[in-house]
Amino acid sequence: LPPVDSREVIFENGGKLMSSSEDKPGTPNSGVSRRSFLKGTGLVLSVPLVSGVRVVEVAGAQVKVLGPGKIPITLNINGAARTAQIEPRVTLLDTLRNELDLTGAKRVCDRGTCGACTVMVDGKTVYSCSMLAVEAQGKQITTVEGLEQNGQLHPVQQAFVDNDAQQCGFCTPGFVMACTAFLSKYPNPTPEQIARGVGGNTCRCGTYIGMKAAIAQAAQNLRGGRRNG
Amino acid sequence: MAEYKWPEADKRSLIGKRISRVDGPAKVTGKAKYAYDIKRPGMLYGKILHAPYAHARVVSIDTSVAEKMPGVQAVKIIQGPGTEIQWAGSEIVAVAAVDEPTAEDAIRAIKVEYERLPHFVNEADLAQVPQDRRKPGNEELAGNPDQAFQDPDSVVVEGTYGNSVITHCCLEAHGQIVEWEGENNVLIHPSTQAVSVIGGQLAQALGIPAGNVHLQMDYIGGGFGSKFSIDRWGTECARISKLAGGKPVKIMLDRKAELMVAGTRPSVYARVKVAAKKDGTITAWQSESWGTAGMGGANPLGQLPYIIRQNLANRRLRHIDVPTNTGPSRAWRAPTHPQTCLITMSALDDLAAALKMDPLDFFLKNLELTGSRANVYREELLKAAEMIEWKKNWHPRGETGRGPVKRGLGLSIHTWQGSPHASNCDITIHPDGSVELKMGTQDLGTGTRTVVNIVAAETFGLPLESVKVFIGDNRYPTSGASGGSTTVGGVSSSTRRAAVDALNQLFEKVAPALSAQPDQLEARGGRVFVSTEPSRGMTWQQACARLGTQPITVTGKQPAPGSPPLASGGVGGVQMADVSVDIETGIVKMNKMVCVQDCGLIIDLKTAESQVYGAMIMGVAYSLFEERIMDNRTGQMLNANMEFYRLGGIGDVGEMQVHFLTGAGHDERGPVGLGEPPTVSPGAAISNAVANAIGVRVPTLPITPERVLAALEKKGGSSAKL
Repeated sequence: LPPVDSREVIFENGGKLMSSSEDKPGTPNSGVSRRSFLKGTGLVLSVPLVSGVRVVEVAGAQVKVLGPGKIPITLNINGAARTAQIEPRVTLLDTLRNELDLTGAKRVCDRGTCGACTVMVDGKTVYSCSMLAVEAQGKQITTVEGLEQNGQLHPVQQAFVDNDAQQCGFCTPGFVMACTAFLSKYPNPTPEQIARGVGGNTCRCGTYIGMKAAIAQAAQNLRGGRRNG
Repeated sequence: MAEYKWPEADKRSLIGKRISRVDGPAKVTGKAKYAYDIKRPGMLYGKILHAPYAHARVVSIDTSVAEKMPGVQAVKIIQGPGTEIQWAGSEIVAVAAVDEPTAEDAIRAIKVEYERLPHFVNEADLAQVPQDRRKPGNEELAGNPDQAFQDPDSVVVEGTYGNSVITHCCLEAHGQIVEWEGENNVLIHPSTQAVSVIGGQLAQALGIPAGNVHLQMDYIGGGFGSKFSIDRWGTECARISKLAGGKPVKIMLDRKAELMVAGTRPSVYARVKVAAKKDGTITAWQSESWGTAGMGGANPLGQLPYIIRQNLANRRLRHIDVPTNTGPSRAWRAPTHPQTCLITMSALDDLAAALKMDPLDFFLKNLELTGSRANVYREELLKAAEMIEWKKNWHPRGETGRGPVKRGLGLSIHTWQGSPHASNCDITIHPDGSVELKMGTQDLGTGTRTVVNIVAAETFGLPLESVKVFIGDNRYPTSGASGGSTTVGGVSSSTRRAAVDALNQLFEKVAPALSAQPDQLEARGGRVFVSTEPSRGMTWQQACARLGTQPITVTGKQPAPGSPPLASGGVGGVQMADVSVDIETGIVKMNKMVCVQDCGLIIDLKTAESQVYGAMIMGVAYSLFEERIMDNRTGQMLNANMEFYRLGGIGDVGEMQVHFLTGAGHDERGPVGLGEPPTVSPGAAISNAVANAIGVRVPTLPITPERVLAALEKKGGSSAKL
């Protein structure tokens, strides 16, 4: 998996340091500060309230502060706008699962190791347990629920079924997302590329033999332009 | 009374074929809902405060701040003041709140005072185990091992071998959602291997009738032997739900707790002495073993020396249980077999090396010691040797030429019973031709849902999708827990019986219309017809329409564990591993692994192969990576996470091949469980391959780079053979 472009951010809620991906300026309700904040001289409160959103000055820049209570957010998921009320400290994964009933992405290690929570954000795979929901606003999020088209399994999904690249199935959605993103970058992968490219996900039942066959089948079908299996 | 048997090979259209699991699409699309995924109306999120100390007494608990926090709906003390805590992670307090962050805040606001007590957590080095932590069992003596060891015509080898404690590390953590319907009825959505069992456990704990607990579970994210019980978090989840007015409460363990308290495989270490005559005939075994299962014991003596024990005349064994202040052990695929297999097959491999014999020849020479399954093992050994090109690739131990990367081969044999559990299956044939199957079983990812679907559809001569399968509910006919590889035999047998009986009832309704006797009829290819005159028949739909308004419902019973004729038990298997070891870095790389296995009648070849691949891959993980690491000073598990408790990835497993013994002599036995046997051999096969590669035994699993380098250092330096 390509690493998430991470930078430290701070939230008033608990003052905890958390990782975050690139913030887009001007995103509504974005609570992300700049990395330089941490290196700077500290926090200077400026105008106490601006339209209900608190703003602090950080290293000469105005940064909005979210929380500590619940705030409304809007996420673009599988092509549709979805809204939720969450605390700013809640991850993208927990928002998908607990607020939006998109439970394909699983919480397993909860710290960016096992890949069961893999989704795509702006076309890149992301461990959704390691991204805050507020950071994902304004981005295109694809979850495993969004891969089917016109009721047809995606070639990667079909290949997982055909080659029995799953047993209990708990890691499967994460692997399907990781393999889909991987094959879009490496349409004709070598075993070494597979080992590295899909090595950020973990299966406990031991489905890697079926998975290797599934990746080979999906690669062939995707190269042949058979988007829908 | 119908005669129950499996269809002949030439009449099978589904059984034994390569069929994709029927719930595959639900899993790849994320539509499959596990307990972890279920959200009930008004559901609260529960969290547990786990004890931080390995051995302590609870002095006081202050929950007052947590109770007043907005959003917190219930707080319940699980183990109150005065309780002695015997392992870190033990459950102290549960809370339920409107969302997860609030529940976590509430846990952090609870203050617990502990009196710390002395703990002991590491058993690997017996010399460091204090006397009060040694619980020796009786010595077992057979024949005269000393005389055999002193025989001047014998070769005697001594060694120490061991398996570290590993955890189950189910990707779906243990847990459940519980809610009350009125004062006396409970609905539970658990993650369990025992759908028909744990509702009764919960009812007993709550003091309500067993029938008042309704349990539902469609999917489970791994169990491996660790999910047979309602568990303390299950009963406490029900109790805190009641405190919160009966609202649904979801408690799933977090990853740290999952690794610390939700299941381990006991360690077993042993000092072994083993002897053979100079021609290679094994004559005597002696072992002193020890290990920990948490505070309880896990005596492996019944399995030592593995497989050959019943037929080896001279043996002396002793085992010492070492209680440690660590999370309790649970059944882990083929309990005690992988550990005793590693100890036995490693010692025998070292003996073969001392005799300067090829281990394949050595095992073939001693096959009589395996008893009645000797011929199966012979066939499997020869087939596996062919698959891995043993005679071409094997070399005497350590004779691997120059260069830092050394290649080696190793082998091991294993056994398991896998007899069917008791099982009941309801099948209904509706007048419109549709068929329903109901059973209180569970599909662990082993393919149970697919297997019962295949058996029913095959019996009725219908396509798979014509049978609607309902499992995972304790209001369906009871079926055994999925443990001991008992499921496939049990559920196939009860399904076949139900389907045969239902079909016979249908034949009775249809026979007059075909001017035939019921026993002259056959159902195949979507038709019911006279066997001797296939053109005299009707479609399945037409046949079912003859039922009028009354569906046929039949319960099929696999009456008791192990009972014939549709399933049986007792299998053997052989695995061989081909590895490369870099003696400069100590890294072991899997080149190839093969498994030859018998398992009676195969219902679905595709999921059966997956089972064996999965077992081998889990075997690679416990052979090379998995180990619970305990800190002596704090008594904490240092790697209760997934970056330092490694499972291995897609690039770590190498090439794998599976071959089943099938056909005459196997099929008529009916299906025999496959979940466990192939998990047994990998440790020994890989350890023996590493020894063959580098010329020295790495005594303990997992075979980490550090242990490889330490073994080489002991032998005389890693550069000695460069």
